[in-house]
Amino acid sequence: MKIDRREFLKLAGIGSVIFVAGPGILLDVTEAAKSEKDDFFFVQLSDTHWGFAGPDVNPDAAGTLKKAVAAVNRLTKQPDFVMFTGDLTHVTEDEKERRKRLSEFRSIVSELKVKNVRFMPGEHDAGLDKGKAFKEFFETTHYTFDHKGVHFIVLDNVSDPTSSIGETQLAWLSGDLKRLDKGARIVVFTHRPLFDLYPDWDWHTRDGSKAIDMLMPFLNVTVFYGHIHQEHHHETGHIAHHAAKGLMYPLPAPDSVPKKQPVHWDNTAPYKGLGFRRINADVKKGNYDIAEFGVRGERL
Amino acid sequence: MKTGKHVIPILILSIFLLVAILHCIGGYAIASEKEMVVQITAKKFEYSPKDIKVKKNVPLVLEFTSLDRLHGFNCPGLGIRSDIFPGKTTRLRFIPSKAGTYPFHCDNFCGTGHEGMTGTITVED
Repeated sequence: MKIDRREFLKLAGIGSVIFVAGPGILLDVTEAAKSEKDDFFFVQLSDTHWGFAGPDVNPDAAGTLKKAVAAVNRLTKQPDFVMFTGDLTHVTEDEKERRKRLSEFRSIVSELKVKNVRFMPGEHDAGLDKGKAFKEFFETTHYTFDHKGVHFIVLDNVSDPTSSIGETQLAWLSGDLKRLDKGARIVVFTHRPLFDLYPDWDWHTRDGSKAIDMLMPFLNVTVFYGHIHQEHHHETGHIAHHAAKGLMYPLPAPDSVPKKQPVHWDNTAPYKGLGFRRINADVKKGNYDIAEFGVRGERL
Repeated sequence: MKTGKHVIPILILSIFLLVAILHCIGGYAIASEKEMVVQITAKKFEYSPKDIKVKKNVPLVLEFTSLDRLHGFNCPGLGIRSDIFPGKTTRLRFIPSKAGTYPFHCDNFCGTGHEGMTGTITVED
């Protein structure tokens, strides 16, 4: 009869056992088993820009988000949670219209099977009123939560129209990090990149380096963000930064064209450049495997 | 006479001092004359003028005013940026030392046309 480690622990009724696995290696078997059990995945959707109108760019502006929601619902296994990394709505200077768009967006995503859905603003949602309308719908623009051994930090680098996190929020971040172990698993969600990806196109956070400096002493930090409407991967030291595709229109690669403008719709490849991602968290190793999906749920 | 002995050196010193002061004032005046001043207005969602031509190594003053709300000016290629406040003139002084065309943009999110609020500074040899 084969008994696996988890079964053994269960049969033995062991609470917490430490084995010497090799020179200098102490392995808390219970913790290891727990970690394996607690590996999980979540889905990131970004830059849905609800309310955008531009048939040359997306003739299905009113249908793309709904298709993505349906595609997430069709995933064989449902994610532990869904995270929207900002620009839920497209900017409008009409305050009433802004609230209408936020309300419609919230109604559409309420169709997600997963009920653990988290939100953060982009500058289109919060840049003109310092997050006032966004907070009426989603309560707060920055917060933390813990999930199965990972500490998630949601940083707001858009409500301040100067593309900054701001000293108050940085002090809040510093306070949050102080209570964490240096080996803690940390995932940061932002809208804008924290690093200077391409400042010519405003693809940066003015005081982002201050947040990165605070995160640097921690050994396992990964940042997921949006804003640039395309997949992008970068490292600042040991911190990985992963940008997600958008769900309304793609933007060109940094410095690939003289002027930043939405990429036009390709009739031969509808929804090209749009999509969402599934992120598998291996908590024990502190690894995050990313799988990209198209709007209709096709694996890319 | 004791006092008479000092009159000539003091006179010479005064003349030197006067010449030095005049030189300084004159130098400043020359520098001011050489300084190029460009006035730029910002409003939703444009700068005027939006394409600016300047001379390499000629001191430049960019004078910004906003006609409506807070805007920004960021020209990463030249390493200069400033907030532009309504009802206030903001000055940026620098010496462009590299020839080329450098894009700039508004980096304070200002509304629907924010992403198109751009311009260029061309530094000519």
